[in-house]
Amino acid sequence: MDWQQSLRLVAPEELLSTAGLVLLLVAAWAGDKASRALSIAAVAVLVACAVMVAPALCSGAMGVETSAFYGQYRADAFASFAKLLIYAAAGAALIVAPAFFERVRAMRAEYPVLILFAVLGMGLMVSATDLMTLYIGLEMNSLAAYILAAFLRSDERSAEAGLKYFVLGALASGILLFGVSLIYGFTGGTSFAGISAALAGDLSVGATFGIVFVLAGLAFKIAAVPFHMWTPDVYEGAPTPVTMFFASAPNVAAMALTMRVTLGAFGTQVDAWQQIVIFAALASIVFGALGAIGQTNIKRLLAYSGINNVGFILIGLACATPQGASAMLVYLTIYVAMTVGGFVAVLMLKDADGAPVEAIADLAGLSRHRKVLSLCLAMVMFSLAGIPPLFGFWGKLVVFKAAVQAGLVPLAAIGIAASVIGAFYYIKIVKIMYFDEPAGTITGKSDWAHQALLALSALALSPLGYLATKWLGVLANSAAAALFDAA
Amino acid sequence: MSGLPILSLMLLVPLVGGLACLFAGAKAARWIALAATLVDLALGVVLWVNYDVGGAQWQFTERLPLFAGFSYALGIDGIALMLIMLSVFLMPICIGASWTSIQSRVGEYMAAFLLMETLMIGVFTAQDLFLFYIFFEAGLIPMYLIIGIWGGADRIYASYKFFLYTLLGSVLMLIAMLWMVNNAGTTDIPTLMAYDFDPAAQKWLWLAFFASFAVKMPMWPVHTWLPDAHVQAPTAGSVILAGVLLKMGGYGFIRFSLPMFPEASAQFAPLIFGLSMVAVVYTSLVALVQHDMKKLIAYSSVAHMAIVTVGLFAFNVQGLEGAMIVMLSHGLVSGALFLSVGVIYDRLHTREIDRYGGLSINMPYYALFFMVFTMASVGLPGTSGFVGEFLALAGIYQVSSWVTLVCTTGIILGAAYMLYLYRRVAFGVQKNADAAAMPDLSAREWAMMAPIAAVVLWMGVYPESFLRPMRADIAALDARLSRARPEGDAQLKLGAAKPAKTHEESH
Repeated sequence: MDWQQSLRLVAPEELLSTAGLVLLLVAAWAGDKASRALSIAAVAVLVACAVMVAPALCSGAMGVETSAFYGQYRADAFASFAKLLIYAAAGAALIVAPAFFERVRAMRAEYPVLILFAVLGMGLMVSATDLMTLYIGLEMNSLAAYILAAFLRSDERSAEAGLKYFVLGALASGILLFGVSLIYGFTGGTSFAGISAALAGDLSVGATFGIVFVLAGLAFKIAAVPFHMWTPDVYEGAPTPVTMFFASAPNVAAMALTMRVTLGAFGTQVDAWQQIVIFAALASIVFGALGAIGQTNIKRLLAYSGINNVGFILIGLACATPQGASAMLVYLTIYVAMTVGGFVAVLMLKDADGAPVEAIADLAGLSRHRKVLSLCLAMVMFSLAGIPPLFGFWGKLVVFKAAVQAGLVPLAAIGIAASVIGAFYYIKIVKIMYFDEPAGTITGKSDWAHQALLALSALALSPLGYLATKWLGVLANSAAAALFDAA
Repeated sequence: MSGLPILSLMLLVPLVGGLACLFAGAKAARWIALAATLVDLALGVVLWVNYDVGGAQWQFTERLPLFAGFSYALGIDGIALMLIMLSVFLMPICIGASWTSIQSRVGEYMAAFLLMETLMIGVFTAQDLFLFYIFFEAGLIPMYLIIGIWGGADRIYASYKFFLYTLLGSVLMLIAMLWMVNNAGTTDIPTLMAYDFDPAAQKWLWLAFFASFAVKMPMWPVHTWLPDAHVQAPTAGSVILAGVLLKMGGYGFIRFSLPMFPEASAQFAPLIFGLSMVAVVYTSLVALVQHDMKKLIAYSSVAHMAIVTVGLFAFNVQGLEGAMIVMLSHGLVSGALFLSVGVIYDRLHTREIDRYGGLSINMPYYALFFMVFTMASVGLPGTSGFVGEFLALAGIYQVSSWVTLVCTTGIILGAAYMLYLYRRVAFGVQKNADAAAMPDLSAREWAMMAPIAAVVLWMGVYPESFLRPMRADIAALDARLSRARPEGDAQLKLGAAKPAKTHEESH
């Protein structure tokens, strides 16, 4: 394992950090008027990174030759799968931002740079095979995210969201670090492989505490119940493009990281964490659904919907099998498409002055004058509810299939029965758009970039999406195989 | 069978028509929808003509491994053929029923109906478990929109209830399907129909499927969504609900529950009988006191579907054939009754029975058609209703005299509430001036009523046309069920042959 190979394996991260620094300098010299150009450049960087990581996924790379820096980092198929999703979500967040921020003259040159740094952190998270790398990646992402949440500096809600996110995020990091230190103390190592070997056999009380604290910290990052409280407030307060980013990319990264930790580092002690995951999954499904029912703000509703979806993804984790991991990746892919589609649709809801509309009541009768927009939003809603023939159903199907294969039939049955609660508020949105008398608030024009993104995600969620199930399944399987190989 | 993928074509025509309607104006949308449904009807006729009775069990099969974990597999047997014919026959009539009564958002309305048609045909043709589930569940979306957008005053409550009730019923079935696929290693429905699951597991699987089909059917006590949905839906929506959607439950029992879990079916047959007996008596009595015409017919649907379930779980050929004929007959008759209500609703905009009266004076042709359908619903010999109910009850009589006794009261009560309805609407004095001034059937309404009346009489006089394609499939199902057949209480025995009289041994 020489340095050259290590540096070659982390090439996407090198490109991201270099590009981020260069763009930062450009931003410093050229000022805010260059922000559109910087956004385009940032998207180009993400595309280049995607091209760099794609081969590892297609070839199903795994094993020691993907390991860099003495087992601290892995550029295997699993990491590539997650990174592609992260790049796609970040790209979408860059594309939708200018039209949103320019209306309030808040489009600053830092935005694309911060997104790039957040993506860099997330890339480290999903590639981490050592607790140190894990923490560095996590904090790198979080610090950029705190600033992004408060990006509308003059807006009180945005500032509040940033502060809340920071305080609670710091607390979660503290919990995580405490767990990490316990794990280190009781296993004598920080590399996942070392921890996994040391945990085999009888589990000491201290190590159990370590596992619980690490999981609690990670549950905060993925917004799983009971560590979900921050989500609705932050999602509501943060500027909508940033909310879209939070709901997609960091969720993917944190989920992939959780998979690495539980299935890798704690892979020899499945019994120790399986119950925790099952509880978090069911609690997230139920509370995510119940919490959403009373919401009047569409962004808060989507936040609860995100919590609900995390619950379904965690069912895949509770299986602790390669099928479960593969199902999680498929679900995450569809989830990103649904989230992007949903938030882009929200971004397109504007009143006559172009100011964003977030109240659900204002959606009333939207289908009368904005046919295509409401059709797409209805598709996203039915898809989130998991109603076939929309593609959201496929994610649920593969997750529950994995659960049944792993013998967790009661979990699957309870989970799917609880999904009916969630269906209620999704169809409520459709009801408001289609059945109610028009409120006439939403009349503003939409940006073409928004329309294109919405059309793209609606197409992915349409029944045509099923044509992609084959190669999606193959890629997710090879990624899951790489994950279990690293364990 | 010239290699033309006729089933795919039947799925595609309404789908494309629906997409076209979405972007067309009101007038164009109506014509596109009518054309698409008529083309599908023509394709259905081609399908029936080319169906080889006595040939392979599964015909017109198509199989494309398009997806991960399941495939695009289509194919029909005689049972599916008849239900497809019912769907494609009712669809143009539904479009006709909505021709003038739907004035707002016509394009979306027609699109929802055509999408519905695609999904219904998909349910009856799917040969893959997950493909079936997708079609089965997807029907919720257009029906939700149809009830919610174009329904009556209380449409929102009704649409929620319809959606959530049926969704909750179906999701457990999905878990059961996943378990079956994991256990049997295939998603192919014909293979699964011959696969023997462990009897202990069958119990759970049967219950999960029952949860879904009982709601769809609907069986007492989970029928309460039906009166709400029916009453609030627009006329054509009620026709499709009663005519085809309810048949999905019966089709589910006959395609999944019975052949896949014969032991469990036998074990749970008393449950089915009990619920059906309650349904027959209770819902008939409820129907007797309704003031709303649509609600009355909705409750009568529940009673009729209970006859279907007892027939299905009689575990013999008569019961199964009878159940199928009741389903087809009920599809036509209740659809026609909802149309009859729709005709006068379009004129007076009320479904209150008391607001009508003496319609046979000013609307004689209407009264005639209404009479035919009323009699068919009652089960008068010569109409389709009689054939089905007689066969189903003859089937169940071999199993249990008590069940037969109770279920037969349904026919008496049915006669009571239907004739009472007919008397109040069509006979008596013309107590309401506005009802007395209503014009008789228009040409469009003739075109909707006459074909249904013709088929109802055809099925009543010569049911063999409809039984023939299904006979081999029902015999196969009966053979499959024979190992689990419960003992009947009648213990019918053939009398000892008397040698003196047998001068000829007929068949």
